[in-house]
Amino acid sequence: MWSVIINIELKKGVLDAQGKTTHKALHSLGFHNVKEVRVGKLIELQIEGDNREEVGAQVQDMCKRLLSNPVIEDFNYEIEE
Amino acid sequence: MKFGVVQFPGSNCDFDCYYAIKNVLQVPVDMIWHKDNDLDGYNCIVLPGGFTYGDYLRVGAIARYSPIMSAVLNFAKKGGFVLGICNGFQVLTESQLLPGALIRNTCLHFICKNQTIRVENIDTPFTGMCQKNQILQIPIAHGEGCYYADKKTVDELEANKQIIFRYCDGSGKITKEANPNGSICNIAGICNKERNVLGLMPHPERSTENCLGSVDGRLLFESIMMYLKKKSILVK
Repeated sequence: MWSVIINIELKKGVLDAQGKTTHKALHSLGFHNVKEVRVGKLIELQIEGDNREEVGAQVQDMCKRLLSNPVIEDFNYEIEE
Repeated sequence: MKFGVVQFPGSNCDFDCYYAIKNVLQVPVDMIWHKDNDLDGYNCIVLPGGFTYGDYLRVGAIARYSPIMSAVLNFAKKGGFVLGICNGFQVLTESQLLPGALIRNTCLHFICKNQTIRVENIDTPFTGMCQKNQILQIPIAHGEGCYYADKKTVDELEANKQIIFRYCDGSGKITKEANPNGSICNIAGICNKERNVLGLMPHPERSTENCLGSVDGRLLFESIMMYLKKKSILVK
């Protein structure tokens, strides 16, 4: 069994309205040293597979077809046994 | 001439579309369940507004893999008309039947109000009954209607005249103030290169009767009807 953590974030250049608003809210709480906030998504999978390469290829495919939208998002992931 | 309205789990404008087409425009129309996979005999398929699959993951992302969507992709490839309204527009961009994506409104609020949009291209089957630069009043109701595409894609949309509607003020001016959701270039609706797939955030089915405050939405449906009628006369 493999544990996969997938991180999905908006591409640089796509306006992150949630990040911007959260940034303002942090400032109003007094955290004036926060310079940027980006809000993304974290997806955890428990997945069976014979080896890391096979699991990696499947995760790539999942991210490209469903879990992320390549028009607006980038993704990266970590696989642990 | 026959229309079909697709019902996904979470669609909530399906009956509004069905009512507008059947009762107001008086055209035969069926509801089509998302698990169906046959679109034979239809001329135009409407993907209605709503919150398909609870908007989980991304708006439209899960609906895009509904069984009916492979039939819709084939239908569109063969030249059938597809009209995606609001969440239907989001499903069309996720399906890559239309370029770009729809993201969270820049103001973060869900916006529900009457909106003026300007017809940018009347040389399409969806806008043939409109006047050049006509201002339409059609309501919007969405939280994720901010149209985004990279510069290359927007340039292509402009060059191919695929931008069909833009948010405008009451006098037809395209201004930042008239842009409710932060859409790039005030884009409210686009079509594909072949001009048989249209997606828009405003709800034309909600402005088809005088009691609703505007009948401008009828123009979209009437344009498709007119185009289909002309085509069938030519075929005969």
